[in-house]
Amino acid sequence: MTLGEIGEQTVSTAGGVFSAAWLLIVFPLIGAAALLLGSRRLDRAYGVLGCMAPLASFVVAAALFVAMLGREPEQRAISVPLYDLFAVGDYQVGVGLLVDQLSIAFSLLITGVGSLIHVYSIGYMAHDENRQRFFGYLNLFVAAMLLLVLADDYLVLYVGWEGVGLASYLLIGFWQHKDSAAVAAKKAFVVNRVGDFGMSLAVMSMVVVFGTTAFAGVFPAAADASEGWLIAIGLLLLLGACGKSAQFPLQSWLLDAMEGPTPVSALIHAATMVTAGVYLVVRSAAIYAGAEPAQTAVVVVGTITALMGAIIGCAKDDIKKALAGSTMSQIGYMMLAAGLGPAGYAFAIFHLLTHGFFKAELFLGAGSVMHGMNDEVDMRRYGGLRTVMRTTYVTFAAGYLAIIGIPPFAGFFSKDSIIEAAFANNFVAGLGALVGAGITGFYMTRVMLMTFFGERRWAPDAHPHESPSVMTVPLWILAGLSLVGGAALLYVGGGIVQWLEPVTGEEHVELGIPVWAMTLVILAVVLVGVAVAWQIFGRQPLPVTAPAGSPVTVAARRDLYGDAVNEAVFMRPGQYLTRSLVYVDNRGVDGAVVGTASAVGQFSSRLRRWQTGFVRSYALSMLAGAAVVVIAMLLVRLP
Amino acid sequence: MTAPTIEYAELLPMLIVFGAAVVGVLVEAFVPRRARHAVQLGLALAALIAAFVQVVRLSGTEIVGAEGAVAVDGPALFLQGAILLLSAVSLLFFAERRLEGGGDAFAPGASSLPGSEAERTLVAQRVLQSEVYPLTMFAVGGMLLFPAANDLLAMFVALEVLSLPLYLLAGMARRRRLLSQEAALKYFLLGAFSSAFFLFGMALVYGFAGSVRLSDIDATLGARVGQEGLLLAGVGLIAVGLMFKVGAAPFHTWTPDVYQGAPTPVTGFMAACTKIAAFGAMARIFYVAFGGLRTDWQPMFWVIAILTMVVGAVVALTQNDVKRMLAYSSIAHAGFVLIGVVAADELGTASVLFYLVAYGFATVGAFAVVTLVRDAGGEATHLANWAGLGRRSPLVAGVFALFLLAFAGIPLTSGFVGKLAVFSAAIDAGAVLLVIVGLVTSAIAAFFYVRVIVLMFFTEPAPEGPTVAVPSAGTTVGIAVGVAATVALGILPGPVLDLAQQAATFVR
Repeated sequence: MTLGEIGEQTVSTAGGVFSAAWLLIVFPLIGAAALLLGSRRLDRAYGVLGCMAPLASFVVAAALFVAMLGREPEQRAISVPLYDLFAVGDYQVGVGLLVDQLSIAFSLLITGVGSLIHVYSIGYMAHDENRQRFFGYLNLFVAAMLLLVLADDYLVLYVGWEGVGLASYLLIGFWQHKDSAAVAAKKAFVVNRVGDFGMSLAVMSMVVVFGTTAFAGVFPAAADASEGWLIAIGLLLLLGACGKSAQFPLQSWLLDAMEGPTPVSALIHAATMVTAGVYLVVRSAAIYAGAEPAQTAVVVVGTITALMGAIIGCAKDDIKKALAGSTMSQIGYMMLAAGLGPAGYAFAIFHLLTHGFFKAELFLGAGSVMHGMNDEVDMRRYGGLRTVMRTTYVTFAAGYLAIIGIPPFAGFFSKDSIIEAAFANNFVAGLGALVGAGITGFYMTRVMLMTFFGERRWAPDAHPHESPSVMTVPLWILAGLSLVGGAALLYVGGGIVQWLEPVTGEEHVELGIPVWAMTLVILAVVLVGVAVAWQIFGRQPLPVTAPAGSPVTVAARRDLYGDAVNEAVFMRPGQYLTRSLVYVDNRGVDGAVVGTASAVGQFSSRLRRWQTGFVRSYALSMLAGAAVVVIAMLLVRLP
Repeated sequence: MTAPTIEYAELLPMLIVFGAAVVGVLVEAFVPRRARHAVQLGLALAALIAAFVQVVRLSGTEIVGAEGAVAVDGPALFLQGAILLLSAVSLLFFAERRLEGGGDAFAPGASSLPGSEAERTLVAQRVLQSEVYPLTMFAVGGMLLFPAANDLLAMFVALEVLSLPLYLLAGMARRRRLLSQEAALKYFLLGAFSSAFFLFGMALVYGFAGSVRLSDIDATLGARVGQEGLLLAGVGLIAVGLMFKVGAAPFHTWTPDVYQGAPTPVTGFMAACTKIAAFGAMARIFYVAFGGLRTDWQPMFWVIAILTMVVGAVVALTQNDVKRMLAYSSIAHAGFVLIGVVAADELGTASVLFYLVAYGFATVGAFAVVTLVRDAGGEATHLANWAGLGRRSPLVAGVFALFLLAFAGIPLTSGFVGKLAVFSAAIDAGAVLLVIVGLVTSAIAAFFYVRVIVLMFFTEPAPEGPTVAVPSAGTTVGIAVGVAATVALGILPGPVLDLAQQAATFVR
């Protein structure tokens, strides 16, 4: 059965394993319910219980993927209607899933990398007394994230969107006894509100313009909609994406979000949730196709964030914050690619997947280091760890080589594709991406050198040791994916570009110079970055306390004044606004309300005197009333 | 001269109720005192149920019977059904004997002097006065006839038959007897006064039309040019008589005093059933007989509706007695129903029918809850005593809050659907100003309803506060019916709305 078109392919329904797609979401939902609502005694089996659900979902996702491989490329978008949420007049919302090439790729990433991180967490969170709750939240996150990527309706997507926001909030503030964690959670929540506001306005605009929020209704109609509306919706969606994906100007929460446990940073704030914005833009390709200014905005936001994140990453001594800056920067790359339209969508998703592998690897590696170093996060207190933490060192190195883009590691393929596409479309964006790649080489080398090389600057009570195998096995697997993931995704079968083509469309813009030359240029820039870092951090001993540094370093340490800008632009005016509103409310609105109330009250007291209790006066008022009625009746007719 | 034809089957509901009333008088004379109460109650309930069954069986009937005196049609049957159900629920409250330590809400001997030795003896002997049941049945019979009356004489007879027993019932309170007797006397005097207006209006209209039959009056409206003064004055005076019964301003002055003084179960019965019957009669007479004069009487109705809503809502603000507050609330509701009457079309009639049912169940239930909150002096009706009730008995306070929310017209209660129906009918009929006033007064009214809720749930309980008595099964069932109807009509109003729509055509 054909249900209309999404992208360039028809959407059909299918039985078999596809009708069980809802299990993907239900498994982690049950897991979350059991862990959060169940008895405390479940705590003893927290590991098995916590990991069961994402693993089961991964099996379902894999089965769906295999089933999809067995279908013709144009027949791979499957609609799975579940139930009707509500129908009011002509407007109806059905809850259904859209299983296609894009959502299955995400599902595999979320459940696959998610399962690895769950397993890792068994070791990482072993000594936390609230580990049952932790796994409950993680399961909840997986369910919400899957709903986000599988929804076939923007309204349902929004439910998942808010769901991951909630899970993110709960997990950033998981160690709420720490003031900084509670504040960070609140900040993430508030900043995300701004983005979600854009998102909800976009959904409402769709109801106005298209009369529906279903993908199957919106996308075909987008071609005929007015450009003004499309630009507005595109920009509002971008605002939502900026909030969720920590893009400029809503980037400030991500660095603070590192207060959460490290597996959370790996899963939510690196591999999956923060890429939801990229998913949103790619999924909304039909809308951006008719809104060129909105696309340009996406490219600008992506380029700025790619550079900003990289610069911030250079100055951070906190290993997780350095990696968080890197996450911002890498998502900036994806946004940039997504802004290029059909020429870049597939590369955005490609980089998103490889980034999911190597950034999860890097975060879990950092977590492993912290695990061995009494939760120390200051890289100036590390040094020389390669000898005591061999596994962590080797696997982290795989992630490192992948992110800076050394062949044949995963990042090489995906990042090169983006930089080439950027150059082919817009020289400025391409230059930004290229410079960003150089800075990436610099700051990642810095992290590597400060952590694993040089002399040991450990705190006196630190006794670094390798992590247990429940943590190192996921590291090995992710390291393997960081090594071969890029080439595999690009070349196995028809490669990811061809796989996604029915959803995202394809467009190839010729580069002015040969591709091999471009690759050499990129590699050269990266190596320059690495060399500079080696010069500064590898050849001389590192002071334990950070030096004052240049103005650029100081600015980068302070997140390029992101918080200061927020404070000046939003918080202070916001406070003034609320204060003046409270004033107006107290004096004006309340005055009017209280005034009206007291006026009515006085009126009431007056009228009450009518009720004297004497029959004679009652009778008199009736008589007067009757007289007025009769006279009025006569007067109405007579003239 | 032939004997008049009487359509016994169609008139059976009324005949059953009147018959039960007459039998009730005989029971009073012949059945031993000990068994009398149970027999009377059983008889009355059985008659009401039998009459209701007959009303249901008659559904769809559209005839003018009894030589043109009685119309049995959709509105009449719908309202008769509502009155019968609400009367049955009210009787359950009449029969409540657990709250007063073996007594009910009525004085053991209505003729005994308040505070006298005779009264004390009767109380000590736990004498129950069972005359209330035949009296109630006579009143119910009158109420059944009132909205069905198809000529002015039958209407007047019905008016008196329903009123006279109510005057008596209002004076029979067991506690605060002087207040109760004063209320009865006031009600009687002013009722007689208003009946005189009604009768005078009737005479004038008869003088104009030469007939008391509603359809005949309608037929002569355009025929006699030059004598409209007679007709218009008659219409105005008839309106005054009916406005008195529904408690519309400025003919409402009796309402607070009588509602406060009458025994609370009687107040609930009066507030719900009298209003239903009187609005039924009003809708019929102004639709069937005076429909052609619409443009003449509509402005007067507009003014009265506005005045009624404003007075009811505004004066209720400063009341500190629950029963008086509910009385003013019922005045405001009369104003809202008038909005639907002014529309004077089938949509308007349907909305009035629905509103009356919704209002009736909430009212009966609310007054029943009032009987449960007691202190040493009987019912604790002063609002200050209700402070913190929600903490002591959340269930009772919650039920009362539900009824108040229904009165306020909050969505998911019957009151919201009722207001929506009435207001939309009025907008269709072009009465936008009335709807605006209706909305504003609804907002004002919401204030004092919510104030009571705040008082019950968010105020510290008074130290010597009243207790909530545990009622007998009958009262519990009655209140439960009120709650169920209020919620059901709020969430699933469809069937009753459809029924009201089908029943909205008057036979001529």
